[in-house]
Amino acid sequence: MRISPDLRVAFLDSAPVGLGFVPIGLTYGVLVVQADLDWWWAGLSALLIYGGSFEFLLIGMVTATAPLTAIAAAAFMVNFRHVFYALSFPLHRIRSRAGKAYATFALSDEAYALATGEQARTWPGRRILWSQFCMHMYWVGGATAGALLGGFIPDSVQGLDFALTALFTVLALDALKDTRGDVPTPVLALGSALIALIFFPDQMLVAALALFAAALLGRHLITRRRPSRV
Amino acid sequence: MSETHFAIAAVLATAAVTWGLRALPFVALSTLRTGDTVDYLSTRMPAGVMIILVVYSLSDLPLPQPQSLVPLTALATTVGLHLWRGNALLSILGGTTVHVVLSSTVPAF
Repeated sequence: MRISPDLRVAFLDSAPVGLGFVPIGLTYGVLVVQADLDWWWAGLSALLIYGGSFEFLLIGMVTATAPLTAIAAAAFMVNFRHVFYALSFPLHRIRSRAGKAYATFALSDEAYALATGEQARTWPGRRILWSQFCMHMYWVGGATAGALLGGFIPDSVQGLDFALTALFTVLALDALKDTRGDVPTPVLALGSALIALIFFPDQMLVAALALFAAALLGRHLITRRRPSRV
Repeated sequence: MSETHFAIAAVLATAAVTWGLRALPFVALSTLRTGDTVDYLSTRMPAGVMIILVVYSLSDLPLPQPQSLVPLTALATTVGLHLWRGNALLSILGGTTVHVVLSSTVPAF
């Protein structure tokens, strides 16, 4: 079997994300079996949901048999940030309907960051799609392997979950480079995050993103008006 | 509903909500894509969203306690490595290794 050259390139494009996804996926799988859920549930949830931060929360909700409506409402709030990704994800470069459908399904935080980065500006649709597929499979593979190997990881090994923070940090630094020294953007983001953390600790993510979007929009309206007056 | 059926239903409910949030805005926003405001937001949004996700992933930091030095040291390692070499793989691996070594070896910090 010949491997498509697009897949090979996409594998390299997404490798840094895989390095973050595999250990976090392993951690997720370990937690699933520690919560007495079946090993295959780790793989199934990783495959069909593919939204890491909420999957960790879902383990607790499933073991507590929370109502399905409560689960759906929580998923809505935690994953609401994805609404903003439609603003700049280059979906128009993907031609086929099935491709578009998969691209929106597999639009994780990392897929968004990779596809909207400076380096991806010339990528054709297929390269974006294959990199999304690779990231999806890193996550599913990590989660399934973690659930199968769960019992063998010694308790003394701790702190693998930092891979998630490190991943977001790297993506933030790269995205900052793309804004070309626009200082107010990180200041507004950090301010929104801290205000949300203090005033809405239970809904920090949704509150921070809404505040940030509102602040950015406000700033745009003010700075756009100024030059026309002079 | 058996436990297994419930666990599968929970996955399906979450998957439907998540895909809806990811896909439906493309339909609603297709008329706005060329606007000047959308251009402005889309060049600045990624950096801000990632910064917010960093704070979110650190939001259970026990700040006044010395234990929070472990993730903060790891964070400094990742930032330092990334500014120095600009290699994502190295920065993530370096920071995570520091975090695993510190939190596994110095539990009674």
